Amino acid sequence: MNFSEVFKQSNQLCKVSPDGKYLATCVQYRLVVRDINSLQIVHLYTCLDQVMHMEWSSDSLFILCAMYKRGLVQVWSLEQPDWHCKIDEGSIGLVSSRWSPDGRHILNTTEFNLRVTVWSLCTKAVSYIKYPKACQKGVDFSADGRYMALAERRECKDYISVFVCDDWHLLRHFESETQDLAGLEWSPNSCVLAVWDSCLEYKILLYSLDGRLLSLYSAYEWSLGIKSVAWSPSSQFLAVGSYDEKVRILNHITWKKITEFEHPATIINTKAVVFKEVEKRPVVGSEDLSIHQLTVDNSLFSTQSKYEITQLPAQVPVIKPDPDRANPKIGISTLAFSADNRFLATKNDNMPQSLWVWDMQRLSLLAVLEQTAPVRCFVWDPRRPRLALCTGNTKVYLWSPAGCVSVNVPVEGSFQVQSLFWHCSGSSLVLLSKEHVCLCYVDAEEEK
Amino acid sequence: MGDWWTPAMMPDPSLDNKELSSISGISMSPSRQNSHHSLHSTMVLPKTSYSVISAFCTEENISQCIAYINQEVCSLGLTGVSLESESGGLSAVLVLNLLYEVLQLQRRAQRALHELETQQLKNSSDLEHLQHSNCRLKDQLEHTRRENSGLHEGERQLQLKIKTLQNCLKSEKEEVQKLQSIISSRATQYNHDSKRKERECTKLKERLNQLLMDKRDKKLSIEMSNYVGRSDGKRGLWKTSKMEARHEGEMYRALLSDYETRQRSLVLENSELKKVLQHMKKDMIAILSPKNVCVQPEPADDSLEQAVSEGEEEAGDRSRESLEQSCEQAREQLTNSIRLQWRKLKSHMERLDSQVSLEREGDEVMSRKEHEDEMQRMRLELQQCKEFIHMQQQLLQQQLSSPCDEETAALLNDCYTLEEKERLKEEWRLFSEQKRNFERERKNFTEAAIRLGHERKAFEEDRAVWLKTQFLNMTPFVDRKRPALSEPHGALAVSTEPEAKLQSTPPLVTKSQSYSVFSTPKAAPVKMPSTADLYRTLHLIPESRLIFQLP
Repeated sequence: MNFSEVFKQSNQLCKVSPDGKYLATCVQYRLVVRDINSLQIVHLYTCLDQVMHMEWSSDSLFILCAMYKRGLVQVWSLEQPDWHCKIDEGSIGLVSSRWSPDGRHILNTTEFNLRVTVWSLCTKAVSYIKYPKACQKGVDFSADGRYMALAERRECKDYISVFVCDDWHLLRHFESETQDLAGLEWSPNSCVLAVWDSCLEYKILLYSLDGRLLSLYSAYEWSLGIKSVAWSPSSQFLAVGSYDEKVRILNHITWKKITEFEHPATIINTKAVVFKEVEKRPVVGSEDLSIHQLTVDNSLFSTQSKYEITQLPAQVPVIKPDPDRANPKIGISTLAFSADNRFLATKNDNMPQSLWVWDMQRLSLLAVLEQTAPVRCFVWDPRRPRLALCTGNTKVYLWSPAGCVSVNVPVEGSFQVQSLFWHCSGSSLVLLSKEHVCLCYVDAEEEK
Repeated sequence: MGDWWTPAMMPDPSLDNKELSSISGISMSPSRQNSHHSLHSTMVLPKTSYSVISAFCTEENISQCIAYINQEVCSLGLTGVSLESESGGLSAVLVLNLLYEVLQLQRRAQRALHELETQQLKNSSDLEHLQHSNCRLKDQLEHTRRENSGLHEGERQLQLKIKTLQNCLKSEKEEVQKLQSIISSRATQYNHDSKRKERECTKLKERLNQLLMDKRDKKLSIEMSNYVGRSDGKRGLWKTSKMEARHEGEMYRALLSDYETRQRSLVLENSELKKVLQHMKKDMIAILSPKNVCVQPEPADDSLEQAVSEGEEEAGDRSRESLEQSCEQAREQLTNSIRLQWRKLKSHMERLDSQVSLEREGDEVMSRKEHEDEMQRMRLELQQCKEFIHMQQQLLQQQLSSPCDEETAALLNDCYTLEEKERLKEEWRLFSEQKRNFERERKNFTEAAIRLGHERKAFEEDRAVWLKTQFLNMTPFVDRKRPALSEPHGALAVSTEPEAKLQSTPPLVTKSQSYSVFSTPKAAPVKMPSTADLYRTLHLIPESRLIFQLP
């Protein structure tokens, strides 16, 4: 594994273009575009204020930079560097900004979620969508980019509007049977829309593209409900993670639960492998403590770690959440399917240092990774069944069915990996620390 | 008292019953009143019973009587009456005294008897009383015992009830606690949400205030250098109802295609599962077929026949089933027949098991012996293998550790190098052979290429001739004799067209490529064109395609 040099970034704004050729980073009010292979600066743009959100258009030709404080959005073109575009929302303010799937419209959500303004770069036309709902995930575009689902709230009732992204024609507008809609997500085949309620009620609704209610699933009443939802890439499964520390898998034919994955504090399943991260401090002899060594050899102060396989039954460290706080840190907060649909990675909030990997073919637990610090971020390789995770220290961890490995980021000074994501080809990882970004080139072969 | 000296005479039958009963009544009457009567009766007695006593003493036996009476009196302890007086007769004084004493005795006895009788009466009455009270107490005891057991039973049931109620209470308490925790978590969530909404509301109010006070209203606007073309390059369209209909159509089409793919995959899965079931059924029938079942005793015959008949039936069914794949009945038939076969297989297995257990008792010695032999043999083999492995390990260890003396090391190294040399020689030989083959082939290629060049030239000439004739034929001179097209003996024995001229441009490489298709067999049919060339000639693949595209 090779590591590139370190570049500055601010606000964790660092994105790879959808075609995989460029890397864009924001440093305060500047937008830096680099070539992904050579990491040379290709373009440099200056915005009017500190950039809060940056996004590539789907055809990798434009980048939008949103500055929420000033209510401005600036769009830059890669083909014509001197082309400029500035969208000013006026006194109404700006809360979020995103591209439409065709890369020619920008959707701005104004402050207080008063409305969504759709700006067209082709015609300078403006459209408004009223009463958008301010919730966890109120807008979702279908995978093929044809439809957009928007959650609305009028007169204390939830509605869902389906728009055709071509011309923003309102295709369907129907009332949702939720009490307080928390989020919606299209299935990867764009035919089913999953809509779930807030955590006060466990309810997940499945609507067909034309607005018919296909099914309603509710596992239990009264206790806190759904925390996270994920579709499998083939649209076969819908994984629902809830506050009762379980993940329930629904199947796409009957929309009924086929299994539930529990996250017990004691693992007794004999087929699962428990990897425990063990830190080993290097022994420093007195003659090594020369100034030269200290400055150059970073590994002196960073600890090496490796994974050990723990014997079953194994205990998973549990942190009891504060019962008096809202949104308690308990339950399945993150779910991610691997790209080949075979694995599911979950994180239970009251076991923050552990990551659970489930085999979807056998519908059973495959591995548990126990880290020394709470897991901050984990992402699947978009091509292979390989999982990368970070815990906020200087290491990057990789898991694959062959085993797992922990790699120290060999950067001068310490590079605390706060988040990471894969390049779309699966050949490199982009690691983000608080102020810096670094690329990690991963080989395609299996690791152990 | 002495016995009654019963004289020879019997009591007078003239005595009436009353007197007899009164005589006998003395010893039996319990009450005092009776005793008086009896006394009276006894006093009366002498008069009436005089006849009895007179029988005792007569003039003849006076002295005997006197002696007897003396005896009796002596035995009674009274002063003996010597009734012998001077006169030889009885002294009336003595007799009277005696009589008086006897009367006294009698009175005393009577009194004692009276007392005893009263005592007896008292005792009997007491006894009766006690018996009654005993009965009563027994009854009472029984009654209280029963009451007690009833109370115990009641108490036990109440205890049970208490336990169940306590359990209920515990579970209810737990549920209450759980509900309370749920309520509290929901309450915190609601509070949190309402606080958030309130904060948002205040922000809104502030903003509204600010906007109302702030006169400069920044309008929303967009500034762009120039319009950007659409991503798909097409022009924008007006929003019409036709567009809307088109969108609806597209949406339904997308849904339909999704349903169709899903249905297709389900049908595929279904057919595969059906196939698996069919195979299973066939296997099961095969297992239960006659040659396997002949070991079975009598009771299996009926199942055997059934199995055979089932098999025949199934053969007919199978053909039917293949026709009505999706039919409900066929599916049910299949599942039912599978179930039937499975049940038969199970019963067969059970019978086999029982048979084995029976047989084992019969041929116990035999099979065990065989078993033992087998085990022994296997153990021996295992031992041998272990020893072999051990030996190998030892040798390996010896090999790995440095050899003790240089000679053997050198020898070993020599051996290794020799081996390597042999191997290398072999490989060299192969290599040289391959090289020779390659040379030969290359020679062939070049020859063929030269030949092809010649043929090409010839072909070109032919083509030119043909074109000429063609051109000439285009003139109205129809009956002009067409010169026979000489068969192009080039590699390209296909119809040519004017544009075929371009084919000459691909360089020599093509030819070698086309020949490389046939490189492996030595007798390469050189005349046959490669498919790529054929296609190219027929314009099935465009000219600009890579030359190296092999079919």
